[in-house]
Amino acid sequence: MDFEPTIVSFLCNWCSYTGADLAGTSRMKYSPNIRIIRVMCSGRIDPTFVLEAFKNGADGVLLCGCHPGDCHYQSGNYKCLRRYNMLKKYFVQLGIRPERIRLDWISASEGKQFANLADSFTETIRHLGPCKIKNVIETYT
Amino acid sequence: MAERNERPKIKLAVYWGAACGGCCVSVLDVHEKLFDVVANADLVFWPIALDIKYNDVEAMPDQDIDVTLFNGAIRNSENKHMARLLRQKTKILVAYGSCAHLGGIPGLANLSTKTEIFDRIYKESESTNNPNHTRPLEKYEVKEGTLTLPEFFNDVRTLAQTVDVDYYLPGCPPQTERLLEVFMAIVSGDELPPRGKVLGATDKSQCDECPRKKSDKKTIKEFHRPWEINDDGETCFLEQGVLCMGPATRSGCGHRCIEVNAPCRGCYGPAPDVIDPGAKMMSSVATMIDGDTSETIEKILENVIDPAGYFYRFSMPASILRRKIPENLQAQAPLQK
Repeated sequence: MDFEPTIVSFLCNWCSYTGADLAGTSRMKYSPNIRIIRVMCSGRIDPTFVLEAFKNGADGVLLCGCHPGDCHYQSGNYKCLRRYNMLKKYFVQLGIRPERIRLDWISASEGKQFANLADSFTETIRHLGPCKIKNVIETYT
Repeated sequence: MAERNERPKIKLAVYWGAACGGCCVSVLDVHEKLFDVVANADLVFWPIALDIKYNDVEAMPDQDIDVTLFNGAIRNSENKHMARLLRQKTKILVAYGSCAHLGGIPGLANLSTKTEIFDRIYKESESTNNPNHTRPLEKYEVKEGTLTLPEFFNDVRTLAQTVDVDYYLPGCPPQTERLLEVFMAIVSGDELPPRGKVLGATDKSQCDECPRKKSDKKTIKEFHRPWEINDDGETCFLEQGVLCMGPATRSGCGHRCIEVNAPCRGCYGPAPDVIDPGAKMMSSVATMIDGDTSETIEKILENVIDPAGYFYRFSMPASILRRKIPENLQAQAPLQK
């Protein structure tokens, strides 16, 4: 049985979302497993969002922001990077593979890179298989 | 004496689920105010202090008890049964203390499974001498009849995850003064706050009211254990590199820990509108890290040894992801390079 991962991605408004938009307007093909949520800045991505995504059945979460030094709000992407590193440590303790969450930098001109990232991340998650946490929360007693 | 006859006494019950007993002691800590309590309330059920059996509670009419202070998490089938029974018999069910509110310290067992816990206790622990591999059974036949023990669950739950809860009184244990205020509000017949509210605490975070000095520039170059720093007794713990749960924790405890130069542990639970206290703490602490590359950040984070245990010390069962995925259910696939 082929497993189609559900991937939630949070893209910053100024670089990464525009980059994904470029991939779309340039008619690049990329994996349809990615569900995009636009946030104003990668610094707006609260770890709560990521946890909620997994609780609701996501198999992977992709975070994208402007390249280091390029943040529209100066330092939001660094904050995202720090939270991402912290979250990975927490995920290891919960038995969730840290590879299920990925942070990458996509600029507004990097449509191709976004399409490649979406494809490679989907492949990683497809290889890891479904994330069990939703099932565990709902059925484990 | 005259005052005593003005109103009928309310019926008060105190029960413990998976708890350490500290919450019951915090009720006893009312000291001489106990006379005010017994002047206004009849204690109808309190296992730590009164010899009243479960059967007596079962015999009570429904909604007979006015207020039940339920402390402790739901760890086994006995806790669950009593939670349901007391819900049925009680008008106002209060989740009293961190364990009933958020899962508390027993909730950290959600980072293991029943099998792992039993293996540790009945097999692996250094002081275990159990050559016959005896394990507790839920049922055992003897010639006098059947002996039973409650079922030990895999998952620790909060009271609210088991039955409907009217109010929450957080703390490990709750401040006795807060309990008295809430109790007096209930017996005075004042209009009660909306159902589901956290009582006996403020609507601010610890940091809002913390007596320590805070600056705007919080950067952490290295995390320390409290004993590793030379605390000046004044500066914010986080600014000194010591993890403190203040930013994500509700205020109202009177800063008991901070006052004795210990960082906040988060027993009062999430500040208002915070869904997941641990996630908020991770968010807030991570942004203070003084590093802009993955390598430096990871290096600094090496000293945060146990994020799940620290940031979710009192709230694991009430958190968003609630527990660890048991080993046998974890994906086995090696990572593709």
